[in-house]
Amino acid sequence: MSKLVIEGVSKTFAATRALEKIDLAIEDNDFLCILGPSGCGKSTLLRIVAGLEEPGTGRVLLDGQPVERPGPDRGMVFQSYTLFPWLTVRQNVLFGSRSNEARAARLISQVGLQGFEQHYPKQLSGGMQQRTALARALANDPKILLLDEPFGALDNQTRALMQELLLGIWEADRKTVMFVTHDIDEAIFMANRVAVMSARPGRIKTTATVGLPHPRHYTMKTSPEFSRYKAQLTEEIRVEAMKAVQQV
Amino acid sequence: MTPLKPVGPGARVALGLAFFVLFLAAWALATFGGYVSPTFLADPATMLREGWNLLAQHGFLKDILITIWRVFGGFVLAAAIGIPLGMAMGAYKPVEAFFEPFISFSRYLPASAFIPLLILWAGTGEAQKLLVIFVGSFFQIVLMVAIAVGNTRRDLVEAAYTLGASDRAIVTRVLLPASAPEIAEISRLVLGWAWTYVIVAELIGASSGIGHMIMDSQALLNTGQIIFGIVVIGVIGLVSDFLFKALNRRLFPWSLA
Repeated sequence: MSKLVIEGVSKTFAATRALEKIDLAIEDNDFLCILGPSGCGKSTLLRIVAGLEEPGTGRVLLDGQPVERPGPDRGMVFQSYTLFPWLTVRQNVLFGSRSNEARAARLISQVGLQGFEQHYPKQLSGGMQQRTALARALANDPKILLLDEPFGALDNQTRALMQELLLGIWEADRKTVMFVTHDIDEAIFMANRVAVMSARPGRIKTTATVGLPHPRHYTMKTSPEFSRYKAQLTEEIRVEAMKAVQQV
Repeated sequence: MTPLKPVGPGARVALGLAFFVLFLAAWALATFGGYVSPTFLADPATMLREGWNLLAQHGFLKDILITIWRVFGGFVLAAAIGIPLGMAMGAYKPVEAFFEPFISFSRYLPASAFIPLLILWAGTGEAQKLLVIFVGSFFQIVLMVAIAVGNTRRDLVEAAYTLGASDRAIVTRVLLPASAPEIAEISRLVLGWAWTYVIVAELIGASSGIGHMIMDSQALLNTGQIIFGIVVIGVIGLVSDFLFKALNRRLFPWSLA
């Protein structure tokens, strides 16, 4: 049985159809990227899985249990910086209802923030804040990790480092991950499977398996194999991006 | 001058002091130079002499303390009820829908207009003075706190939910700490307004306090004493504002850049 099952999920905001009949399954220990042009509803889909939005039709099942509201079994990292500004790094990582000291300490060092435990978010760079947010989500030991363009606000160099960091953590723990992005390179580098979404109303247009071996090294981004995946996905998403531009 | 360009700390103090100096100079020129009759405006030296008189011979210190106690008493009363109610309104929308229209209406009722009614109900004692300040502060605090709590960043609330926070924990662990610095700032602001209400309350039907002294001095045409009273209020306001700011900085170091 799949870890996460999305069954016929649609969503309409006022007069806008955001999502139409999404069917998608994620296996245990899988790393799935949702790739789509901006405004295609990919974030909405992730928020429905998180329980932050209700689907118009359809349902989401996690381990066979229907998702009704947000819960600690689905950890989330947002694109915006969502650390609690009144808590230190350590207190933020301990915020979750299932977090504990030992796991928090291990994750803080895993994301390279030892020595910054007593810092407030304002004293951290954007990359450090997102690393803390990642540690905070993982310290709660969720069944699945949901990432909504978590590195979207970071500069290119920091983003590349963050991708390697997340990939390293995934390669060590094999936590089930659903990662939303509009960045093709990011999707190929990170994912085992990429689901390409169409322009609004969002549908799963195609899914592609990325067969690059693990552990992945950043030099892979310039390999011929990587380029082949990129050429294929670029074509798929370009068509959708054109449609999205024409809609506006 | 370049718009929005910050000014250095030294220049800031110098500029701030310069205005006080200019103001004093203009006042001294108008009074010592004989351009304004002493009946209408005392000169700075007379003001200081009268002020010393007040303190040394008329027990003005006691008036000052009574006024301070009234301001803080009424303000603490308003904050003790107003902040929890404002928080409940900001957090729970049905509570807000229930109270908000009435409180928005009450906010525009001038506290000073209630003085005759409050004298009727509570006499001219301390209870009435506290009530004037309460009426003036309470509705403002409630509404501003409700807005501050209601404006808590939604993504922080969502992040807390995905970390397993209960509805109750959202209020105590997110809404409250997130809006605490703003609530402290609102309190500082409203405390400033409370100072204007207390003087109005003391102008009518009071037998003590700074406002009462000002009223008595008016009967004697003693403008030196009136100005001294006003200056004292300004100085106390400035000091309490400064202390409040310092306290906020200590309590909420995370909210500073």
